[in-house]
Amino acid sequence: MNRFDYVRAGTVAEAVQALSGANARLIAGGTNLVDLMKYNVERPDRLVDITRLPLNAIEDHEGGLRIGALVTNAIAAYDERVASRYPVLASAILAGATGQLRNAATTGGNLNQRTRCYYFYDDATPCNKREPGTGCPAIGGVNRIHAIFGISPTCIATHPSDMCVALAALDAEIRVAGPSGERSIPFSEYHRLPGGTPQFDNTLQPGEIVLSVDLPAQDTASHYTYLKLRDRLSYAFALVSVAAILDLDGDTVSRARFALGGVAHKPWRNAEAEAFLQGKAPTRENFEAAADIVIREATPQDGNAFKVELARRAIIRGLTQAAAGTPQSVSDKRIA
Amino acid sequence: MVTTISSTGTDSFVGTARSRVDGPAKVTGLAKYAGEFAAPDLAHGYVVSGGIAKGRITAIDTTSAEAVPGVIKVYTHENRPRTAWLDYNYRDAVAPPGSPFRALYDDAIHYSGQPVALVVAEDFETARYAASLVRVTYEAELPAVNVGAQAELAYDPPMKRAGIKPPPEPWGDADGAFQAAPKKVANDYRLAVEHHNPMEPHASTVVWEGGGKITVYDKIQGVSNSHGYIAAVFGMNKEDVRVLNPYLGGGFGIGLRPQYQLFLAVLAARDLERSVRVTLTRDQMFTFGYRPDVRQRVSLGADAEGRLQSLRHDALSGTSRFEDYQEVVVNWSAILYDCDNVALTYNLTKIDTYTPADMRAPGAVTGVLALEIAMDELAYETGQDPIALRLKNYSESDRTEGKPFGSKALRACYAEGADRFGWARRNPEPRSMRDGRELVGWGMATGVWESLMQQSSAQATLTADGKLTVGNSTGDLGTGTYTILTQIAADALGLQMEDVTTKLGDTDLAEAPVAGGSWTAASSGTAVMKACRKIAAEVFGMARAMDDSPLANVDFDRVVFSDGRISVAGDPSRSVSLVEAMRAGGVDKVEATDSAGPDSGHAKEFSAYTHSAIFAEVKVDEDLGQIRVTRIVSAIAAGKIINPKTARSQILGGVVMGIGSALEEESMLDHTIGRFMNHNLAEYHVPVNADIHDIDVIFVEEEDRANPMGVKGLGEIGIVGTAAAIANAVFHATGKRIRELPITVDKILG
Repeated sequence: MNRFDYVRAGTVAEAVQALSGANARLIAGGTNLVDLMKYNVERPDRLVDITRLPLNAIEDHEGGLRIGALVTNAIAAYDERVASRYPVLASAILAGATGQLRNAATTGGNLNQRTRCYYFYDDATPCNKREPGTGCPAIGGVNRIHAIFGISPTCIATHPSDMCVALAALDAEIRVAGPSGERSIPFSEYHRLPGGTPQFDNTLQPGEIVLSVDLPAQDTASHYTYLKLRDRLSYAFALVSVAAILDLDGDTVSRARFALGGVAHKPWRNAEAEAFLQGKAPTRENFEAAADIVIREATPQDGNAFKVELARRAIIRGLTQAAAGTPQSVSDKRIA
Repeated sequence: MVTTISSTGTDSFVGTARSRVDGPAKVTGLAKYAGEFAAPDLAHGYVVSGGIAKGRITAIDTTSAEAVPGVIKVYTHENRPRTAWLDYNYRDAVAPPGSPFRALYDDAIHYSGQPVALVVAEDFETARYAASLVRVTYEAELPAVNVGAQAELAYDPPMKRAGIKPPPEPWGDADGAFQAAPKKVANDYRLAVEHHNPMEPHASTVVWEGGGKITVYDKIQGVSNSHGYIAAVFGMNKEDVRVLNPYLGGGFGIGLRPQYQLFLAVLAARDLERSVRVTLTRDQMFTFGYRPDVRQRVSLGADAEGRLQSLRHDALSGTSRFEDYQEVVVNWSAILYDCDNVALTYNLTKIDTYTPADMRAPGAVTGVLALEIAMDELAYETGQDPIALRLKNYSESDRTEGKPFGSKALRACYAEGADRFGWARRNPEPRSMRDGRELVGWGMATGVWESLMQQSSAQATLTADGKLTVGNSTGDLGTGTYTILTQIAADALGLQMEDVTTKLGDTDLAEAPVAGGSWTAASSGTAVMKACRKIAAEVFGMARAMDDSPLANVDFDRVVFSDGRISVAGDPSRSVSLVEAMRAGGVDKVEATDSAGPDSGHAKEFSAYTHSAIFAEVKVDEDLGQIRVTRIVSAIAAGKIINPKTARSQILGGVVMGIGSALEEESMLDHTIGRFMNHNLAEYHVPVNADIHDIDVIFVEEEDRANPMGVKGLGEIGIVGTAAAIANAVFHATGKRIRELPITVDKILG
């Protein structure tokens, strides 16, 4: 861990100001950043402590909810409005990490957490995300946990968040502030694919800071699930996860939304597969067909080829759970 | 003078469930571990780990690191103070044959993660930061780390490792009998490389005492090993070195050998004439020993009824370039099952990693896994119940040694375990049992581990206030050694456990070996009991010599020690308290030291093993490859159980580790870089609470006479066979026979 300056921001404007110039990082819960600093992956010159900013409220907002960037994962998951109106989000948050981590980790930090790629974390190895241009040993190396969608020749890392998979399915918006004011970013445009610049996880511009996650008004309380498949039943990142939300009109799917986690550099949605389900019956055959549309685009490695079939099955099961109104329990690890 | 030593005093505590005597110290934080001891003016060392697996260092630039305020010195191979020259001096008490690794020895890189520098600074944070500034330039060569790809270079290790029995000479004609056998199974098996991952990372605190003397707190499973190593490597008198390690936060075998942080901490402390601590990071815990990669083939031939006609077990194990690590992998097959045509082979091949290390039931976890999956396969091949097949081939004697077993209550393990589990209700047909969406599988396996004893001494001191202190230098790995020694000592002198203090892990105490191999209860337990009984005899002598002694004319073997008194057996009215006797004898303390070792006469006549039968229930969501181990019954035959509570915990821990082995644990090696990549506890998975359901432990009655207490040891038997039982249950649930563990999602889907 390197030496760094520490400043505490009293206002958002101060935080934005403190971010400029130096190689600065924001710190709130620190559950990811401090690890990365200990591994010498992040070597900031300046830490900007934003824990005192007034961004820790969950508020009603245009019929939906606005979750402040500093709301902890635990507070968000157990908030009654979140749990009742956006249960897929509560479920996804509780599928991640541990109680201790969720007590410290914040909404904004969860959005911006970095990949769990072994090579990214190990500064004795090359990594294009950590040090652009050095190469990607995960390609041809140990890549069991890596991406099967949207990869590039420079990077096959995944985004590790559970929360973000639900936010993707919910069509959330990310409100940010920066040197040129505030803006809102549709969730699908917040994280990005690695392309030739895998060092950038998202589309935040220099000096920008996340203010809130805005959830639009919608009814997602009955037909949803967050299904997470992993190598052990708790405290493990997803091999594949699915956040699914169905709007049903009698026996017809009026709208289907589902996002996958653990399979790409960002939560993965497939508009064609979702559109396919629109107007169709919520049957296994239709879910299989939708899943097949998704996995057509898969480009796996040797070590993660199993994820293609696992993703297919997870989509089918997730949509089945959502359609039946039997969401995956967070506490009972048996899969519904 | 009374010379007869009766075997025990009373039996008040031995054999009863007792909470750990060190429990309060552990849960309140009073128990200190090697990296927690402080010293005035303590300097902190941080290890710089190398990034390549093979090659040499062409340049090492420490100038930026040295320029950091607070940095005291940076050690590399270029400025390392002189240490011993000969390999012999580096060979610790449990080292395998070869040239032990020497940190900072020269520019050669032998494995990825090798320590290449030590930064010593005034505080830990400064040392860690400065370590990140050390620039190492390498000339790298392509490493070879794939055991399978090195199979052509296999060899029979020319020097055998002490204490590790090589495979016996073959008997009969295994290959011929296999060809002729009507029923056959022959398959390859592999268990992933595992790292021990004790919760406490390795650490050494070296306290500079002045005048060339040091006191060392070292994470080790027995301080005598570090003591001898330091003296030999640094050319020090043993009297000038004291090593302590009162507690371990888990050993599992990785604490058997002194590790490089000890070498580096002592090196720096002697050079700086200052106290130094070196603590390894979690990642650095992946830069030394591990359970080796062993490629196995088991070939079983049987008659139509399942009687074994041929048994062949071949193993190829990876080892480092510099040491021939060896463990017992294949012998178990011929120890467990009776067969007239047996061939067992065990070979090594060298790879560019560190030397593997003993890891809980080393060799048995690996070898019995393959054997017991193969036996399950044979059960299906011959249409037998898995237990019936095992009983049909039950060995009545150890044919690898040509000796009967001193005791072997394995039949009782099968019977009681099956009964508790409800095995009789099992439908043997794979995929025949369901619970809702999940397939249910019931599998079983056998476990076996050697019952060992090592030469150990122990000391005991009884003071005139009736308080007893006992101890020796061995370590309590968290297994309950403090507690059982307290029980044994209390019973030997008829005291309450509260009156007994047990001290361990200090080279100032009577010498005992490292704690490993499940030998500590038998070895240290017997030594403590004998030392206490010496005191008993001496105090009895004082009691009998008292004026008008109620014990006059009574022989030692006719008295009972209980409630702090010596009384005539059957006549408690005739008694003298220990305190009175000592007062009458005019002493304020009585001290004794005694030692115990294996009974060579018994060992010549009998083989000694612990056994177990493990039953596992799994529920498998086949569609998604998810496995839950919902029930385990582990029935253990391990002689006398001194403390059913700590004993049960030992087995629970072994079973949990076995579940990890079956489903989760895997150190993933990048074959190009030659490095274990998932080197932290987020990516290296061990079971979490959510993975663990019912575990039922049964201790069956077993009487054994290999040592006076009838104890056989429990540290490892709980893990052996557990993974095989789970793998067999997965087959029963799904019809998929998975022979490469861990059984992860991809293998269920595949």
